[in-house]
Amino acid sequence: MSFDAGRILEAMAALPLGRVQLMEVCGTHTMSIARSGLKSVLPENVKLLSGPGCPVCVTPAEQIDAVLELAMEKDVILTSYGDMLRVPGSRPGDSLLRRKALGARVEIVYSPIDAVELARKHPDRQVVFLGVGFETTAPGTAAAVLTAQEQGVKNFSLWSMLKTVEPALRALIAQEDFAVDGFLCPGHVATIIGAEGFRFLPEEYGLPAVVGGFETEDILTALYLLLKQLAEGEPKLQNAYPRAVSREGNRLAQRMLQRCFEAREDSWRGLGRIPGSGLGLREEFSAFDAQKRFSVSASSEPAPTACRCGEVICGRLSPEGCPLFGKRCTPEDPVGPCMVSSEGACAAAYKYQQG
Amino acid sequence: MCLAVPLKLIEIDGNNAVGESLGMRRPLRVDFIEEPKLGDYVIVHAGFAIERLPEKQALEDLESWEELRDVL
Repeated sequence: MSFDAGRILEAMAALPLGRVQLMEVCGTHTMSIARSGLKSVLPENVKLLSGPGCPVCVTPAEQIDAVLELAMEKDVILTSYGDMLRVPGSRPGDSLLRRKALGARVEIVYSPIDAVELARKHPDRQVVFLGVGFETTAPGTAAAVLTAQEQGVKNFSLWSMLKTVEPALRALIAQEDFAVDGFLCPGHVATIIGAEGFRFLPEEYGLPAVVGGFETEDILTALYLLLKQLAEGEPKLQNAYPRAVSREGNRLAQRMLQRCFEAREDSWRGLGRIPGSGLGLREEFSAFDAQKRFSVSASSEPAPTACRCGEVICGRLSPEGCPLFGKRCTPEDPVGPCMVSSEGACAAAYKYQQG
Repeated sequence: MCLAVPLKLIEIDGNNAVGESLGMRRPLRVDFIEEPKLGDYVIVHAGFAIERLPEKQALEDLESWEELRDVL
């Protein structure tokens, strides 16, 4: 039987619910939702908010500033995913792309392994990979470090800004004005950590949690299950993406993560410092730790700007609610990371122009 | 960065593999897949396969991607 979106939408509308706010915690969900036009067809009482799930967006300005300084170090080739290049630091217009124009060597890579390869080809340069992302990206980043170690590629190092989802969700929930009724959990983070990784949401906070895939059908199904849980007053954990997500997750990837990284305090845009929310290289890999290899420090308190990405990330403000949105801040000339990243809530809202 | 199109494994050499989908070939690593086999469909994230997908569902996902490509 083919999937009938109309029937699911009707079933959603028929549920006895008042105003409901659901949050997706994955940048790819944000973009899929915008692209599919789902927001405009959902029942009026259902509002979708974007959470802290876009890797580039949650990276705070001071960390970007440090990376911009690192780019200017002699002999350094900085490598990262394309999204990172246009993210502005605390000074307007300053980004890796601008630093590149000023003479810094910055390369886009598709995989952290490509950065190790680049280091092999340029033994006279220091190749630094900027690791951003969550549990989905971290195991591959760890594997790249191990590969560099095994192959003796000593001029490769990792600048880790990797983060984990659970501590950020706990910090978000602890905020005074937290007003989310249920979470659409990130499918590919769950592929790694297992659906069980989100059980704390219903069990400790009484919040519905549904792991969802990325096709429109997957998202619609997951949203329906969240609403149904709310209507029935029975918050629980459900896995609506079983083709890619098991209960326990990918053990090989988890093992890799454990082997190379340990939890440490980290800074998030909009959420501030969160204990245990970052992934730093373990001591035995310190030779590959760019944060130890280079003495780069940026100001700990960047000057405030009018950018309100921090509030957008926490679901407190819709992209259109920011006074810069679509005026001073556009994908062509972004002020904040949410407008830069292909997974950012502002970029998604701007590209598909909907409420 | 999170975009994960299913790829079919067409070459495997240790942890290095080549995947193919929608007429495109990509090198990838299969460190996190237990006993990867030729013809397996995998979800790939930043150059690493993160999970195997059942063939039927992988093909359905690919069909959606094909439709998306027409409009992008």
